[in-house]
Amino acid sequence: MGEVIVITSGKGGVGKTTTTANVGTALALNNKKVVLVDADIGLRNLDLVMGLENRIVFDLVDVVEGRCKLRNALVKDKRYEGLFLLPAAQTRDKSSVKPEQMLKLCEELRKEFDYSIIDCPAGIEQGFNNAVVGADKAIVITTPEVSAVRDADRVIGLLESKELRDPRLLINRIKTDMVRRGEMMSIEDVKDILAVNLIGIVPDDEKIVVSTNRGEPAVTDQKSLAGQAYRNIAQRIDGEEVPLLNLEDDEGFMFRLKRFLGIKST
Amino acid sequence: MFFDLFKFFSRPRASKEVAKERLKLVLIHDRANVSPQFLEMIKSEIIKVITNYIDVDEESLDIQLTRTKSDDGESIVPALVANIPIKSLKNRK
Repeated sequence: MGEVIVITSGKGGVGKTTTTANVGTALALNNKKVVLVDADIGLRNLDLVMGLENRIVFDLVDVVEGRCKLRNALVKDKRYEGLFLLPAAQTRDKSSVKPEQMLKLCEELRKEFDYSIIDCPAGIEQGFNNAVVGADKAIVITTPEVSAVRDADRVIGLLESKELRDPRLLINRIKTDMVRRGEMMSIEDVKDILAVNLIGIVPDDEKIVVSTNRGEPAVTDQKSLAGQAYRNIAQRIDGEEVPLLNLEDDEGFMFRLKRFLGIKST
Repeated sequence: MFFDLFKFFSRPRASKEVAKERLKLVLIHDRANVSPQFLEMIKSEIIKVITNYIDVDEESLDIQLTRTKSDDGESIVPALVANIPIKSLKNRK
């Protein structure tokens, strides 16, 4: 039996979809059979981030309403062996799916796939309830900003009330230089405040924008530090022990020189 | 060395400390689900009991939920802090 993992955050725009795409792709590259589920009904985007937007025929709502079989709605990613996408409906809304239907869908996915990664919509309403109802595990994304941390705390509380215990924390978009200057909360700061265990940290990386532009997950870019971070997270999900990325090391001599001369842009 | 220089020129308090402090406070309220009405209720009850013994300044009584170091100094725990200005001690027989 496979595992169903929901990627959630409460706040929008902190990197749920990017994380879903990258972690899922990295797991597939490690020879796992993976499905990415876009639970953001009405605002679908995972297809676009994955570069699969032109391949959609049916969607999640078609499946739960019985208009097609699950396998007909799954979009197979031809670039990566064992990777599939179950897209969200774009012309419907969150109330189109009931928690019971989602639960049934997750049971079906669990039989087929090693990992089902659910991209949860922002917010804590019905879309959130649908996304988490069938999950075995949860990963909560935050950035080192007050609003994102507060929302993450709320979501962690809600997950625990739904018996999804021991959620893991992913701190995204860390700017090492700002952390060093004391102008951004550090990994330890955020971890202390939220009091949950880390699954990983991801540095702020321009390459994420580039890879999203192209529809190619950053994990396939060996030069991307964020890509490396996501590969590490995928390995941890798969039960391997991988040390946290050392973000202090990513700055070369030029970085320090620029900082010394005061021309380092943030 | 130039790190210290940076420190010298920067503002006295890093913004992340402000962020942490504000967050910690707001999260206590979020987690405890404490509404201002709830605090008002506690406040009026406390006043009722204390005024039996002490004459207090009811107007400037301040009560809030905050965080403090635990007795062993190891961890941070939530605390109910009440600031009750005393006008005069009532004469005890």
